Amino acid sequence: MNLVDSTQVNSTLLSSETASSERTLYPYVTGTSVIGIKYKDGILMAADMGASYGSTLRYKSVERLKPVGKHSLLGASGEISDFQEILRYLDELILYDNMWDDGNSLGPKEVHNYLTRVMYNRRNKFNPLWNSLILGGIKNGQKYLGMVSMIGVHFEDNHVATGFGNHLARPILRDEWNENLSFEDGVKLLEKCMRVLLYRDRSAVNKIQIAKITEEGFTTYPPYALKTFWNFSAFENPTVGAEGSW
Amino acid sequence: MFRNQYDTDVTTWSPAGRLFQVEYAMEAVKQGSAAIGLRSKTHVVLACVNKSNSELSSHQKKIFKADDHIGVAIAGLTADGRVLSRYMRSECINYSYSYESPLPVGRLVVQLADKAQVCTQRSWKRPYGVGLLVAGLDESGAHLYYNCPSGNYFEYQAFAIGSRSQAAKTYLERKFENFMSSSREELLKDALFALRETLQGEKFTNSTCTVAVVGVGEAFHILDNQTVQALIDSFEIVGEEVPGNDEGAAVDQGTAADEGAPADQGMAPMDV
Repeated sequence: MNLVDSTQVNSTLLSSETASSERTLYPYVTGTSVIGIKYKDGILMAADMGASYGSTLRYKSVERLKPVGKHSLLGASGEISDFQEILRYLDELILYDNMWDDGNSLGPKEVHNYLTRVMYNRRNKFNPLWNSLILGGIKNGQKYLGMVSMIGVHFEDNHVATGFGNHLARPILRDEWNENLSFEDGVKLLEKCMRVLLYRDRSAVNKIQIAKITEEGFTTYPPYALKTFWNFSAFENPTVGAEGSW
Repeated sequence: MFRNQYDTDVTTWSPAGRLFQVEYAMEAVKQGSAAIGLRSKTHVVLACVNKSNSELSSHQKKIFKADDHIGVAIAGLTADGRVLSRYMRSECINYSYSYESPLPVGRLVVQLADKAQVCTQRSWKRPYGVGLLVAGLDESGAHLYYNCPSGNYFEYQAFAIGSRSQAAKTYLERKFENFMSSSREELLKDALFALRETLQGEKFTNSTCTVAVVGVGEAFHILDNQTVQALIDSFEIVGEEVPGNDEGAAVDQGTAADEGAPADQGMAPMDV
């Protein structure tokens, strides 16, 4: 019995999808951006707890940041049911890894590559898992942060984001990220990015979750709301330059 | 071992609880030409005696690279050894493809052992007649394993298999306690000395042995003839008695050589 071979793992879970008309065509319940950064002690990630059903902000307590094994943290945007499916795949992967019981364990690099293979494989069958995933972790002092998209595009970087985060958050991170961020500075930076997303992304909700992974392990912080500022004079008197308009 | 009424099938137990076919397979390993392995914290060395059918033919290949970080030396039925090496290469590359990471040696060895075990429990199969010395590197350091036709595997500091391996084992038993802290050169020296023990007076040159190394920052590779000859030359000045544990890496070049290089003796045809 070959427990290590990942293609075997995939086939046991995929064999239930035998009807060829069942393919992912559109996403239904979706999460919005996730942002991840490397910091001094490991990886920090932030995501809001919202899941939209089209244009309705339907669910407001969805955890989109989850630990994987001892060394990794996974954040996902996109179809939530596909994210749950991925968590099941990873659960099985980590289970078999633990069953070897030999002191070796899958690190973030291995998990990221495994996810890339899964996503790309599904894309090739025209039945994608409709997610953008951020996988971060630290093992033996080596920090790792990577992204995989629903078509299998993958890369590593010091800071990554999904969806709108790529357009709104990454420019901020490019300017303000540095190698030696402390935990507090890292959280401040993430909050700055999440605030911009809250203002500008219509599918964002004001309930964010921060999670980190360090050599000691995974920690997630209780969700909280960001303070927003609406006292701009342009908002208080919007028609000052054009009487009669709205 | 003598023939008895319980040794026809691998699936027949003897009253004493033995599987004779498996034991016979292990005999096949003992008939192959010697292979030895030793390891330190950071390096593993494999060395084999080359055997050829006749003076006209080429030498049997006994060391195979499975991946940049894993290599194997075989003793016994070389055809079985080749098949298992191909399996090892396949497993290594499949793991690398899925995980972008080298397969931990310990896992490969378990997979090999499980594969060998299957052949001890099927009436339509026979055990693999080859012993494998697997040398590899992973996160926890350098490792040397021995895989047996029975499906057992053990981790070793140093080991020798094949014909006249007992001579090498005796040498290694004397020196193994220091291996963990040996340098790469010391390890190579000990490997060549141990190998020389198995040759027992036969000509010891770069054509009669193959040496391979894997280490931290060094991919598994077989040393080429000139390198091996240079090593033999630099270590060979010492006589029959190997110098005691020395701190330094340099071999005592001053000790008088009694027998000197075995090259003086006439070349004896090797047992096939």
